Amino acid sequence: MRVASLACAAAMTFVAGAGALAQTPVKIGMITTLSGPGGYLGQDIRDAFNLAVKMQGGKLGGVPVEVVVEDDALKPGQAKQIADKMLKNDKIKLFTGIVFSNVSGAVVPDVLDADAIYVSPNAAPSTFSGKGCNKNYYVVSWQNDSLHESAGQNANELGYKTAFIVAPNYQAGKDALAGFKRLFKGKIVGEIYTKLDQTDFSAELAQIRAAKPEMVFQFQPGGLGISFLRQYQQANLAGEIPMVVAEPSLDAVTLKAVGDAALGLNVTAHWNGDFDNAANKEFMAAWAKEYNRPATYYASQGYDTALAIGAALKGTGGKVDDTEAFRKAMLKADFSSVRGNFQFGPNQHPVQDWYALKVEKGADGALSLNTKRKIMSAYGDSFAKDCKL
Amino acid sequence: MLVLEQILNGIQFGIALFLMSAGLTLIFGIMGVINLTHGSLYMVGAYAAAIVAAKTGSALLALLAGLAGAAVAGIVIEALIVRRLYARDHLDQVLATFALILIINQTATMIFGRQPLFVAMPPALSHSVTLLPGLVYPVYRLVVIGVGLLVAVGLALLINRTRIGMLVRAGATSREMVRALGVDIRLLYTVVFGLGALLAGLAGAMAGPIIAVQVGMGEQILILAFVVVVIGGVGSVRGAFYGALVAGLIDTLLRAFLPGLLRHFMSGSGADALGAGLSSMGIYLLMAIVLLLRPRGLFVKQS
Repeated sequence: MRVASLACAAAMTFVAGAGALAQTPVKIGMITTLSGPGGYLGQDIRDAFNLAVKMQGGKLGGVPVEVVVEDDALKPGQAKQIADKMLKNDKIKLFTGIVFSNVSGAVVPDVLDADAIYVSPNAAPSTFSGKGCNKNYYVVSWQNDSLHESAGQNANELGYKTAFIVAPNYQAGKDALAGFKRLFKGKIVGEIYTKLDQTDFSAELAQIRAAKPEMVFQFQPGGLGISFLRQYQQANLAGEIPMVVAEPSLDAVTLKAVGDAALGLNVTAHWNGDFDNAANKEFMAAWAKEYNRPATYYASQGYDTALAIGAALKGTGGKVDDTEAFRKAMLKADFSSVRGNFQFGPNQHPVQDWYALKVEKGADGALSLNTKRKIMSAYGDSFAKDCKL
Repeated sequence: MLVLEQILNGIQFGIALFLMSAGLTLIFGIMGVINLTHGSLYMVGAYAAAIVAAKTGSALLALLAGLAGAAVAGIVIEALIVRRLYARDHLDQVLATFALILIINQTATMIFGRQPLFVAMPPALSHSVTLLPGLVYPVYRLVVIGVGLLVAVGLALLINRTRIGMLVRAGATSREMVRALGVDIRLLYTVVFGLGALLAGLAGAMAGPIIAVQVGMGEQILILAFVVVVIGGVGSVRGAFYGALVAGLIDTLLRAFLPGLLRHFMSGSGADALGAGLSSMGIYLLMAIVLLLRPRGLFVKQS
C-alpha cells in the first residue's frame, strides 16, 4: 500500500515535471467546411495546414501547436456554436479555417469580440476589409473582390468589349461581380445571380446565348463550377463564347472533374502549382508525397496560413494573449510564401502579384493549368483606403 | 425562341424532379414513412453509374449499375431499418432516416473522398441539335426528357393496369384494409421501396454527366422533391408528375424572366438581386398557396 502510493506520487511528479519542461502547445481552432458539396475546399485547407505543422515536427515557428478541427458543414449557425464552444470551453485564442464568406460573416465578429485572433486562409468579404477592418483580423489568401478584379484586368488585356457575368446570390458572389466590374472597361450586357445550391444552369445559359456577349465571366466555386462548365460545353457555348474566370471557378479538382470542358479557359490566380520558387517546390513535393490528389489553391492558402502563423508565433515566443505583440510579429510576414511576393497591406490583407493562366492540353493529352504571364504587381485591394487601424 | 428554350429547360428540370418525387410520394403515401434517405439513394445511383462508366466506358452499363446500386441499397435499407419504423411516429422516422443520410454521406466520403467525380457524357449524346431555326438544344437533355416521359407512362400503366398497381393504389387509400384482406403487406412495402429507390437511382445516374457527382448532392434535390410531393398530393404519382412539371417550369421561367421584367420598373442591379431572391422563393410560394387552397395537394380528391 505504502509502496503503491509512493510510486503513484512519483509518477505524478514525473508527469508534472514533464508538463513544466515541454511547452504546452498553442491551440489553434480551425473551423472549416468538410462535409457537403464544398467539402474538398476545407479538406485541402486543413490537410495543407497540417502538412506544414508536420513538416516542422509538430511545431509552427518552433512553437508546439495543437490544431483543433471542426466541420461547419457550410452552416453559419453551426459554425457560430463551434466558435462559442472553442472560445469558452477550450479557451482558444487563435482561429483560422473558414472557407465560405457567409460563415465568416457569422463567426469572425464573435471571435474578435472575445479579443481572440482570426487568420483567414480563404474567405475575405468586403465587409471586413474596409471600414470594418480589425486589428486582430488577418487575411493570408486575398480580398474577395481582388480575385475578380484580376479577372476584369485579364479581360481588358485580352481585348474583350462586352461581357455577361454570373455569380451565386450571396456575399462572395456580390463581391465577385462588383470586383469584376471595377476593373473591366467594356460593357456588361447581362448580369445574373444564381442560387447557391443550384445544380442546373440551363435557364442562365439560354440567356447568355441570347445576349451574344464577347465573353462570359462566372464565379461558381467548387461543385457549382463543375456543373456550370459541363453544361456550358453541352450547350455548345464553349466553342462560341470564351470564358474568363478567377481561380475559384477552376481549381485543380474542378479541372480534373470537367475534363475537356475547361480547355482554353482563361483563369487569373495568385498561385499556381507550376510556380517556380523554392517554397512552392518544397510544398508541392511534400503534398505529392503525403496525399494522392492534386493540390488546389485552397491547399496553398492553408499552407501559407500555417507559415504566416508560424512566423508570428516565432516572433512572440509562442504567446497569443498579447495581441499587440502578435500583431507586430504577424505584420512582418516573415515567411516564404508559396506564391512568391507577399506583404500585408494597411488593412492586414495581402499585397501580392496576380497571374494569367490558361487551360491547355499537354503532349500526352492531359489537361493542365499553365501560368502565362503576370498581369498585376504588388496589388492590394480597393477597400484598404477605408480601413483606419 | 428563348421562351421555347426556357420551357424545354423547365420541362427537363421537372422530369428530374418527377423521378425523385414519384418514389418519395409512393413511399410516403403507401407506407406512411417520411424517407429522408431518398436523396442518398439518388447519390448512390449517381456514384455507382460514375464508377462503372469510368471503369468500362459504357454508358449503358453505367445506367444499369446506377439502377441496380440504388435499388439494392434501397431494399437493404428497407429490410434493415425502415421496416422497424412503420409503426413509429413521423418524428422517429425523420430521426432515423436523417441519421442514415449522415452515415451514408460519411461512408461515401471515406470510400470516394470529397473530390467530385468526373462522369464522361456518352459521345453520341454530347452535342446539340437545332430543333427550330435559332433553337439549339443539347441532345442529352432531350434524352433525359424522353426517358422521363417513358417512365411516367410506364408507371401509369403499372399502377393502373397491373395487380401490383392495384395493391399500391389500395395501399395508398387504406393501408389497414389491404392488410386485413390478407395481402402480404411486407412484400408490397419492399417492392414499393425498391421501386422508389430504382427511380431515384435513375435520376442520379442520368444527372451524373450534367452536374457534379459529389457527397451531399442528394440533399440539394431532396427538399425540392418534398415540395413537389406536397404540391401534387401525397401518394399520387399523377400528382407528382404534374407537380414536378409545374415546379420545374415555374422555377426555370422565374429565374429566366423575372429579373428582366423587374428591370422595367427599377434599376439594373436592384432588379437582378430582387429577381434572384423572388425566383428562388417561387416554388415555395407555390407550395404555400397550394397548402392554403388545396391542402391535400393539387391532384388528389379533396374530401
